[in-house]
Amino acid sequence: MTKAIKQETMAMSGDEAIAYAVKQSDVDVVAAYPITPQTIIVEKFGEYVANGEVQTEFVCTESEHSALTACLAASATGARTFTASASAGLALMHEMLFVTSGCRAPVVMAIANRALSAPLNIHGDQSDSMAERDSGWVQIYVENSQEAYDSIIQAFKIAEDTNILLPVIVGLDGFTLSHSLENVKVLPDQTVLEFVGTRQLPNVLTHEGKEAPFRLDPEYPMTMGPVAFPNYYFEFKRQQDDAMKNALELIKEVNTEYAKISGRSYGNGLIDAYNLEDAEVAIVCVGSTAGTLKTIVDELRQEGLKVGLLRLRTFRPLPVEELRSALENVKVVGVMDKSMSFGGHGGAVFHEVRHALYDSEHRPQVVNYIYGLGGRDSSPIELRRVYEELFAILRIGRAKHIVNYLGLRE
Amino acid sequence: MTSQEWKFTTKAIAEKPDLFLSGHRACAGCAPATVLRLIMKGTRGPTIVTEATGCMEVVSSIYPYTSWGLPWLHTAFENAAANASGIEAALKIMRKKGKIKDQHVDVIALAGDGGTYDIGIQALSGAVERGHDFLFVLYDNEGYMNTGIQRSGGTPKGAATTTTPAGSVVPGKPERKKPIAEIMLAHDMEYVATASAYYWRDLVSKVRKGLEVNGPAFLHVFAPCPRGWRTDPAKSIEYSKLAVESCVFPVWESVKGKRQLSTPSKLIALAPQKKKTVMDYLKGQGRFRHLFAPQNAKLLDEMQRLVDEKWEKLVKNCDPA
Repeated sequence: MTKAIKQETMAMSGDEAIAYAVKQSDVDVVAAYPITPQTIIVEKFGEYVANGEVQTEFVCTESEHSALTACLAASATGARTFTASASAGLALMHEMLFVTSGCRAPVVMAIANRALSAPLNIHGDQSDSMAERDSGWVQIYVENSQEAYDSIIQAFKIAEDTNILLPVIVGLDGFTLSHSLENVKVLPDQTVLEFVGTRQLPNVLTHEGKEAPFRLDPEYPMTMGPVAFPNYYFEFKRQQDDAMKNALELIKEVNTEYAKISGRSYGNGLIDAYNLEDAEVAIVCVGSTAGTLKTIVDELRQEGLKVGLLRLRTFRPLPVEELRSALENVKVVGVMDKSMSFGGHGGAVFHEVRHALYDSEHRPQVVNYIYGLGGRDSSPIELRRVYEELFAILRIGRAKHIVNYLGLRE
Repeated sequence: MTSQEWKFTTKAIAEKPDLFLSGHRACAGCAPATVLRLIMKGTRGPTIVTEATGCMEVVSSIYPYTSWGLPWLHTAFENAAANASGIEAALKIMRKKGKIKDQHVDVIALAGDGGTYDIGIQALSGAVERGHDFLFVLYDNEGYMNTGIQRSGGTPKGAATTTTPAGSVVPGKPERKKPIAEIMLAHDMEYVATASAYYWRDLVSKVRKGLEVNGPAFLHVFAPCPRGWRTDPAKSIEYSKLAVESCVFPVWESVKGKRQLSTPSKLIALAPQKKKTVMDYLKGQGRFRHLFAPQNAKLLDEMQRLVDEKWEKLVKNCDPA
């Protein structure tokens, strides 16, 4: 690894760290609508605009639907674009999430993960972005504010790669990360600029048979967002899935490349494995809970217990191979879900991890823990109990319940 | 050339190459298709068009074919104005940063009555309030024709649609047409105008004037739909004339808050004896056939009264010059 560049340390919340990363990434258009707990991102960015610190068109739209639409249209015009949302705002964007990925517009969006109504709840869980699992967006979830900053910079590089051209969500846990002050190391502006570069557009053939950059350009008329009937629609969708597969490799490469300039990496970019090599039991989680769990793993290891942790950083595309090779020698796996799939026998992350392990030679026992909904706190004592339960399953040889609820009144 | 310099003569319009091209799959007698062709005749240079989901979007962009001779974007139904916002914002900043050619590019957003009156009004109102530089053109065929002739906020009172059929108890749509151009005028827009397919020179020059405004402009174009209106496909343009002559759809323009009747309507205001009756306009339209039944005679009278009232109010609100 080359020597990392000298970095300034700033005290920032996750939201502020994201706004700062956007400020440094030469974004052309930011269109957004405020919603708790994402608000600090747009407020901070508004400050940058007001003080002339950015060369960005900041479009304060009248809704999230229009915010994402404006980003998509700006992206189709060739611009680098960013938006941010949460909860109901993301739900209002739902239609446009599919249109954005279908138009292959590399919009980057931060989601300050928050519960969905009803009942109304402004606190953190991952119901909002988990519900958008199949919308064709790359989904990266971060553990802390530092990673939020780093991941936004990486996201532009991933989204805009001409072999990918997919929109990217960077999810950070609402309040736990969005509003908590941390020391965040920031790269010099120039270093970020060089890393993200200017947006490259692939050349495509226009209907007039001319080769031209893929964007709305009066010199090379192009019809974007057409109608496709049963004779073509399916091929469009297959290409999106292929792009997702390409993203698996690219996310790893970007993680490595970023480590060279910053000295920071997050596992291999897809998964962050912690003490898994010889682990008998392990927890899989998404987001900030990994921080607490790492401390618990350290404590239990000191007690001589073979425990490990896998933080799933990239949820879409799902790193099936990485999950399998990291977990197939673990005997019992507990998967943590901060969202509910009503009637689905477990949460989304559980479904995906269990599915990835199905073809393993030594298929581990996999159980699910649903926790923290609507911002309910999960204490270290409770999380430690999960490891104890996993050991109990290991001893008995079977689980009493496949789907379990943590910290819930029964 | 500005609208003052360009005379909008038949020759000039005919000679200008088409940008909405033939080969689209619109129905026979589709006035919106004619309107779109004319709108594109009104463009003045590099232009990007964005369109809401609807008849005209569907018939013109079936992959791998296209009828668009200029860059064109469709994303969804309710957001043509938000598309325009994004395109305009991108053009502005990328031009400033030197990422694209240093030239002005016009942005036109197109939508039908659903994409304007109803599902699209939020995005439209927002984009206008933010002051994006674009022209929004509503082609109003008075119903959700693309999905099979359902009522919209732009459907007139009494019209039978598939969601407001003429029944024995309810004779067609009970509610009046939403005054969309008045609503846009209330946004204090620099340019708001109405036009009708028959008066093509008026229409083309209004497109040009709307584009010349530095900020948002709104153009409401009346465009009959023979399928939805149950009319003879050969008479679409005739109905677009009758609507103006009967004052059901007067044509006017408002520049910086000063509203004037356009020539076809002004002539009627000056010579009221030329004003045709609502009956003249309604007859022959299948969607209003039930109104001619004896039990609905009162309704016909009411419709004439409503048109008269609105017309008088409009004439009063217009600058006489």
